[in-house]
Amino acid sequence: MAAQTSPAAAPPRRRAAELGLLLFAALLVVGADAAVDATLNDRVGTDVLGYGLGFVLIYAVAHVAVRWLAPYADPVILPAVALLNGLGLVLIRRLDLAEAENARQAGRAVSTGDAGVQVVWTCIGLALFVAVLLVVRDHRALNRYAYTLAAAGLAFLALPAVLPGRFSEVNGAKIWIRVAGFSIQPGEFAKLALMVFFASYLVAKRDLLSRATRRVVGIDLPRGRDLGPVLVAWLLSVLVLAGEKDLGTSLLFFGIFVVMLYVATERISWLLIGLSLFMVGAYLAYLSFGHVQERVTVWLHPFEYRDTDGYQIVQSLFGLGTGGLFGTGLGSGRPDNVPFAKTDFIVATVGEELGLFGLVALMVVYALVVSRGFRAALTVRDSFGKLLAAGLAFTLAFQVFIVVGGVTKLIPLTGLTTPFLSYGGSSLVANFALVALLLRISDAARRPAPPKPVPKPALTEAATEVVKR
Amino acid sequence: MNAPVRRVAIAVLALFGLLIANANYVQVFQGDKLRTDPGNTRVLLDEYERERGTIVVGGTILAESKLTNDKLKYLRVYPSKGLYAPATGYYSLIYGSSGIERAENDLLNGSDSRLFTRRLSDLLTGRDPKGGNVVLTLHPRAQKEAYRGLAGRRGAVVALDPRTGAILALASSPSYDPTPLASHDPKTIRAAFNRLNADDDNPMLNRALNQRYPPGSTFKVVISAAALQNGFTPETMVPCPPTYTPPQTTRPLPNFNGEKCGAEQVSLTTALTNSFNTAFAKLAVERLHEPAVRAQAEAFGITDEGFSTPVPASGSQVCSRKNDPPAPGPSGCRIADDPALAQSAIGQRSVAITPLQGAMIAAAVANGGRLMRPYLVKELQAPDLSVLDQTEPEPFDPEAPQALSPEAAKQLTTMMVSVVDQGTGTKAQIPGIRVAGKTGTAQNVPGKQPHAWFIGFAPADNPQVAVAVILENAGTTGSEVTGGKAAAPIAKAVMEAVLGVRDGG
Repeated sequence: MAAQTSPAAAPPRRRAAELGLLLFAALLVVGADAAVDATLNDRVGTDVLGYGLGFVLIYAVAHVAVRWLAPYADPVILPAVALLNGLGLVLIRRLDLAEAENARQAGRAVSTGDAGVQVVWTCIGLALFVAVLLVVRDHRALNRYAYTLAAAGLAFLALPAVLPGRFSEVNGAKIWIRVAGFSIQPGEFAKLALMVFFASYLVAKRDLLSRATRRVVGIDLPRGRDLGPVLVAWLLSVLVLAGEKDLGTSLLFFGIFVVMLYVATERISWLLIGLSLFMVGAYLAYLSFGHVQERVTVWLHPFEYRDTDGYQIVQSLFGLGTGGLFGTGLGSGRPDNVPFAKTDFIVATVGEELGLFGLVALMVVYALVVSRGFRAALTVRDSFGKLLAAGLAFTLAFQVFIVVGGVTKLIPLTGLTTPFLSYGGSSLVANFALVALLLRISDAARRPAPPKPVPKPALTEAATEVVKR
Repeated sequence: MNAPVRRVAIAVLALFGLLIANANYVQVFQGDKLRTDPGNTRVLLDEYERERGTIVVGGTILAESKLTNDKLKYLRVYPSKGLYAPATGYYSLIYGSSGIERAENDLLNGSDSRLFTRRLSDLLTGRDPKGGNVVLTLHPRAQKEAYRGLAGRRGAVVALDPRTGAILALASSPSYDPTPLASHDPKTIRAAFNRLNADDDNPMLNRALNQRYPPGSTFKVVISAAALQNGFTPETMVPCPPTYTPPQTTRPLPNFNGEKCGAEQVSLTTALTNSFNTAFAKLAVERLHEPAVRAQAEAFGITDEGFSTPVPASGSQVCSRKNDPPAPGPSGCRIADDPALAQSAIGQRSVAITPLQGAMIAAAVANGGRLMRPYLVKELQAPDLSVLDQTEPEPFDPEAPQALSPEAAKQLTTMMVSVVDQGTGTKAQIPGIRVAGKTGTAQNVPGKQPHAWFIGFAPADNPQVAVAVILENAGTTGSEVTGGKAAAPIAKAVMEAVLGVRDGG
C-alpha cells in the first residue's frame, strides 16, 4: 500500500487525534457533571463516576466502530458530537435535580428524572450509528433506495397528521406517534429519508433543472413544468404546517430542499423562487392560522405577553440576561424557571449557567461539526455524496439556527430540538444516523482513491475531449 | 457543485455569526435590564434562599426568617404584629420593603460589604450564608406603653433619649401586621395590602416619622426659646391682651376659650404655663420678628429637609415653600407677613412638624440646648452576633450643635416644669419626679376636632427621656386643656416606662 500512495492520495487517518479529542470531551463532560453535583448535592458522588464511565464506554464503542468501518472519516466530528451529547446529558440531569427539589418543596412525588432515559436513547442512537456505518458501506448505494426511502419518509411525515390527536398531539403540535408509553417524532427520521431522496433525485435531474431555462429580466428561470418538484415540496411543508401545527419542521424542510436544489443546479434563480415561495407561504400561513399570528406577535412584543403566551420566551430571556457574560455557574442558576428547559429551551440553560462564553463556545462546536460536514461535501468525489453531505451539514446548521434563534428572540419561536443537546429520543437517534452518514461520506472523501483497475474508460474520455477541442 | 456548497457554507457561518451577535445583545447589552426586571424572580429567589438576619431589640425578636418547605426557602415573620411595624417596616415579595427592612436591606440579606470576609469563608466552608442582624435602640416597655396608649385612636408617639438621640419609642396608630405582607402567597399579600390601602385610617402610614401636623401651642416652646436667646428671661413681663390684632389685618386673635390673662402683663413663664395665645403672638410679631422666630425653628431642626434614622423621616416646616415668599436659609422661605407670624407663633398656619420633630424640640431643651441626631439602629451584628458597627451619637447639626444656649435651655426647662406643675399639662405629673412639658391643641381642618399634643421630658434636672405624643382630633375646639388631658397621660406612661417607675395610681 505504501508503495502506491502518493502524499496527496493517502491522507493520515487521524484516528489517534479523534481519540485524544474524545478524551478531552469526556474530561469536560465529567468535569461539568462533577460541578453540577458539587453545587446541587454539596458533594461529588459516585454517580458522577458512573455517568463518566458510561459516557466513556459509549463513545469508546463509537470510536472503535469508526476505526473499523470508516477509518478515514473526519476526526473532529465524533468528538464534537460527544461533547454536545455529554453536555446535554449533564444539563438534563441538572434540570432533573432542580425538578426533584421543586417537587420535594411542593410536597409532590419526586420523579426519577429524564437523564436516565436520555442515556438509554443515547445507547439506541449509538446502535443506529454503528448500524448505519455497518449497513451503508458505500453511501452511493443509497441511490438505489431513493424512491423507497421517499415513500417511507412521506408516510412517516404524514402519519401524525392522519392519526387521531390523542396518539399524535403534544403541546399543540401534532408531530408525534405515541404508542405504549413511547413517543417518537417520525419527522426526525423522515427528514433523513427525504434528504437521501432529494439528493438522488436532484443529481439525476440536475442537468434538466439547470439547463432548460428561460431568461427573464436577466435571471435564468426554469421551465414551468420543471417547477413541479419545488411546488410539491412547498405544498408538503405547508401541509405539515397546517396539519401538524409545526412551524419549525416546516421551515426546516423547505429550507433544506431549496438549498439542495440550489447546490445541485448552481442556479441562484432557484433560491429566489424558493425564497419568494417561502414568503408567500409564510404570509398565507400568517393570514390563515391563528397560532402563527400569535407566534409573530409574541416574538415582536414578548414582554407585553409576559404572563401568557410570551411567558416561555420572556423566562428564557431572563435566564440569558441573568447569566450575562460568565453565567451563574453550573447548578447555581434557575434554568427550571423556563418551561421546556430540557427540550426546546435547553440553550437558555446554557446561556444562564455558562454565560455568553458558554453559549458562544457551544455555537462554535456546532459550527465546527457543520464546517467539517461541508468540507466532506467539498472533497467527496461523487455528486450524490456532495449533495447529501451538503444537505446533512446544512440541516444541522439550520436546525440550530431555528431553535437558538427562537430561544434568543432573533426569530419567532418554533418548536424544534437542539441537536444532540435537547432531551428527546427521536431527535437524538436520528441525529446519530445523520452523523453516521456524514462520517461515511467524509470517510469516502478522505479515503485514498482506489487504484484504477481499468484505465480504458478514462482514456476514451480523454480522447473525446481532445477531439472536441 | 463546489461553488454553491462553498456559498452555502459561508451563508451558514453567517447565520452562526448572527446567533452569536444576538446572544451578545441579549446577554450583555440587555443583561442588566433583564436581570433586574421585576418579573425575573431569580434575584428574588436567591435572596429568599439565604436566611435573612433578624431585627431585635433587647432580647425581643421583632422580625426573623423561618425555614419553610416552600420554593422560597425562608419566610419572614413579625411576632409582635403591629407593635413594632413603624420601625421594622415590611418585607414583601410583591410590594418591596419599608422601614428597617428596606434601610438595612444589604446587611439583613447578607450582601453588605462588611460581611464580605464572612461570605468568603461561607463559600469555602460550604456553610449556608446568612444575613446580619440589626439591633434597634427601642425600649420595649416604652414602646408597649406608647402603642397601648394610642390603641383605638389615630396618632403617634416618639420617645428619645435626649442625651444621645436614641429613639426609645416609635409608635403609630392604627398600625398593621407586616406578616401577611411577607407571605409567600401572592393572593394573601395582595389581599392584605389592598385591605390596608383601602382603610381610611391609613394604617401603613408611619405617622411618627412621616406625618406632619400643626404643632399648635407646643410651638410656644420654640417662641420661648427664641425670646430667651434674645435677652428675655422667664420673669420678663410681656403684654397679654384679651385679644390681639396684628398689624395689616382686622381679624383679632383670641386666647383659648376667650380666656383673660388676668393682668395686662404676665411673665414669660406664666404665658407659657397657661398657653396664652395673645402674649406669644404679640411677642413674636412686635419683639422677636420673623427672622429670629424662623432661625430658632431651624435651630431645632425644622428645615423642610428629611433625614435618615436610617428609616427616612420627613422634614418639618415653619413656612411653606409653595405658598410663602422664598428666602435664603434652610427653610427656603419666610413667614409671609405679621398676621402670618402671629398665627405661626401659636403653631398654626404653615407650621407643620412630625411627631419625631416634636420629640426633638423637647430633647434639645432637655439636653442643655444640644440637639442630638435621632437614630433607630443601635448596632449592626454579623450572623455570629459579633458587632460590625455601632451608632455613635452625634449632634443633629455638627456645625451648630446648640439649638439654644445651655442657659436658655435651663430657663426654658423651669418654664416647662411650671406647665406640668400648675398649667395645662398637669396630667403628665409623675409622683416624685419633676416633669417638663408643653401641651398643644392644634386646629387642622375646619369643622374637625383639633389634634391633641404633648411634648416633654423627665426628670427635669437629669433628663433621660424626651417624648412627643399626638392624638388626631382628640381635643375640643377652643380648649387648650383638652389637648393636655388626652395626650399627656400617654407621655407620662412612656416616660415612666423609661424611668422604670411604677404608676402607683
